Amino acid sequence: MADKIYRVNMTDLSTSIEDVPADWMGHGGRGLTSTIVAAEVEPTCHPLGKNNKLVIAPGLLSGTTAANSGRISFGAKSPLTGTIKEANSGGTAAQMLAKLGCKAIIIEGMPEGDGWYNLHFTADGITINEETELIGKGNFAVVDAVAARLGDKHGIISIGQAGEMKMLAANLSIKDPDSHLRSGGRGGLGAVMGTKHIKFIAIDPTEAKVEIADKDAFLAANRVFTKALVDNPISQALGQYGTNVLVNIVNEAGGLPTRNFTSGQFDGHEEISGETMYDIIVEREGKPKHNCHKGCVIQCSQIYNDINKGYKTSGFEYESIWAMGADCCVDNLDQIAEADQLMDDIGIDTIETSVAMGVAMEGGVLEFGDGAEVCRILKDEVAAGSPLGRIIGCGAGSVGRAFGVTRVPVVKNQAIPAYDPRAIKGIGITYATSTQGADHTMGYTIATNLLGVGGSLDPLSKEGQVELSRNLQIATAAIDSTGMCLFIAFAALDDATCLPALVDMLNARFGIGLTADDVTNLGMSILKTEHEFNLAAGFTNKDDRLPEFFDEEPIAPHNVVWDISGEEIDTFWNF
Amino acid sequence: MDITIKLFAYFRDGRFKEVASRFFDEGATPQEVITSLGIKMDDVGVIMVNHRHADPAYCLQQDDVLAVFPKIGGG
Repeated sequence: MADKIYRVNMTDLSTSIEDVPADWMGHGGRGLTSTIVAAEVEPTCHPLGKNNKLVIAPGLLSGTTAANSGRISFGAKSPLTGTIKEANSGGTAAQMLAKLGCKAIIIEGMPEGDGWYNLHFTADGITINEETELIGKGNFAVVDAVAARLGDKHGIISIGQAGEMKMLAANLSIKDPDSHLRSGGRGGLGAVMGTKHIKFIAIDPTEAKVEIADKDAFLAANRVFTKALVDNPISQALGQYGTNVLVNIVNEAGGLPTRNFTSGQFDGHEEISGETMYDIIVEREGKPKHNCHKGCVIQCSQIYNDINKGYKTSGFEYESIWAMGADCCVDNLDQIAEADQLMDDIGIDTIETSVAMGVAMEGGVLEFGDGAEVCRILKDEVAAGSPLGRIIGCGAGSVGRAFGVTRVPVVKNQAIPAYDPRAIKGIGITYATSTQGADHTMGYTIATNLLGVGGSLDPLSKEGQVELSRNLQIATAAIDSTGMCLFIAFAALDDATCLPALVDMLNARFGIGLTADDVTNLGMSILKTEHEFNLAAGFTNKDDRLPEFFDEEPIAPHNVVWDISGEEIDTFWNF
Repeated sequence: MDITIKLFAYFRDGRFKEVASRFFDEGATPQEVITSLGIKMDDVGVIMVNHRHADPAYCLQQDDVLAVFPKIGGG
């Protein structure tokens, strides 16, 4: 059976199943969400209004046996940035939707009354059901309730209190195989689902299989691809230390933003590092390795236990730990884990919210280093929707405006993550030019600037950074369309067998004949589609700039400022 | 001359996290220091000297801080 588009109209509470238009057939994941948003959403619409749409799409290879292919993409006009937005995540939803024949779900309109709903995706289509029990509850209550109602094998996409209250940092939470949560984190897409009054989407488990045009060729290509991932030493380190292995190397390079971006090194880096985290996990009988979806061979997630060896959090990522740790000067990994778990439950982006806390610390709302107060604010203010909680829940820019702070690390109103652009200049180009506000994953120059992956390029030099960021942003847009985890890129950049095997799998899945150049062209066209949406929404090249404090305040230990001009940044779009 | 050496990730296993003031002859290179610790150069991902990326053949100076990382990534 051919894949279908599932449309949900929340204004008249109707659903329909449509054939996939020819123009959308070659797209999946981010390519598809951005194509649909560009085609169906008026760029100047209010992102929290009835004319915005939430689009959900598994990747092109999701649901197959391809290793690491379980990413799901969410797209809309972002209420945080005002730009087009795609956030992707692991969890079980992508594979289940793909197996049920779902090319994409398009949720549009807005109910008139105060009532809330849930969606139930089955083999027969989507039903819209009234929801009362879970309104005002956190994401973990949703997971428990759906397990009680339907069983624990269902996929879940849900919002917490932050999404219900339309906070601009609200995320979408996706259940993983062990009923923990992954996040479609950035850009406030949880608030968009909140405007539709949808608390959660439950997806039926299925025994159905995704159709493969050439099964033998697919199996052969997947073997090569999987071997490239498993053999890669970076994959192996990710399995042991998680992404948090980066704290020490970014700190050593002087690019770890500390105390609301006033230094590039954090005295407490060892206490929050991946090495320390690994020791704690082993000592408390947690799991250093954990997969966020079936078929992941890297397993960068983990189970982090509390001091009594009880479960505390999982998917404990470098950027979250950096934000709550170095940026807020909290050097206690247990407090950071507590905050991480709270933010997962409330359904709010750990990067945006923690950077907002750092700005709030500078504004005198709380003291730098006060992790206990951070947790109290999350519970008593953000989850409860107090005025302070709503200001913080709307992100770093919101806090800066409310408390008169000018050192606000955002681009297009989205918080800058874990790598200081003054000391790692390539990532500054990515922050400035990304179609979605500051986001390291859009073009991860850290690989080449710091880690020696895909060659090496001096992080402190201006030379070659625009080209590096451009090439990576193009490749990333393509990878984000396949359903692949971005961490395949470490193997893809240094192992000549990896990318051809990925292209072979795409060809075997659909019975087509893509070349590597076609995949590059796909990435370019996605970026241009997203850029054109932003221009039509009113953005100009003047929005592709970093905040002025980066030009003026040198950062230790290298005592460097951001020195790439606007004219140089603008050459990014010369392709 | 005296060099401070920092090791990271599994390079610490059975070795150390950081030693200040380990003595080496003038003209020693990161490669010589690393191999003296029983670490294979093929396993090394990143070398930094005084917070800057450095070549294995870099000529170390008195009081340099040498940081050695295996092949790691994240993001």
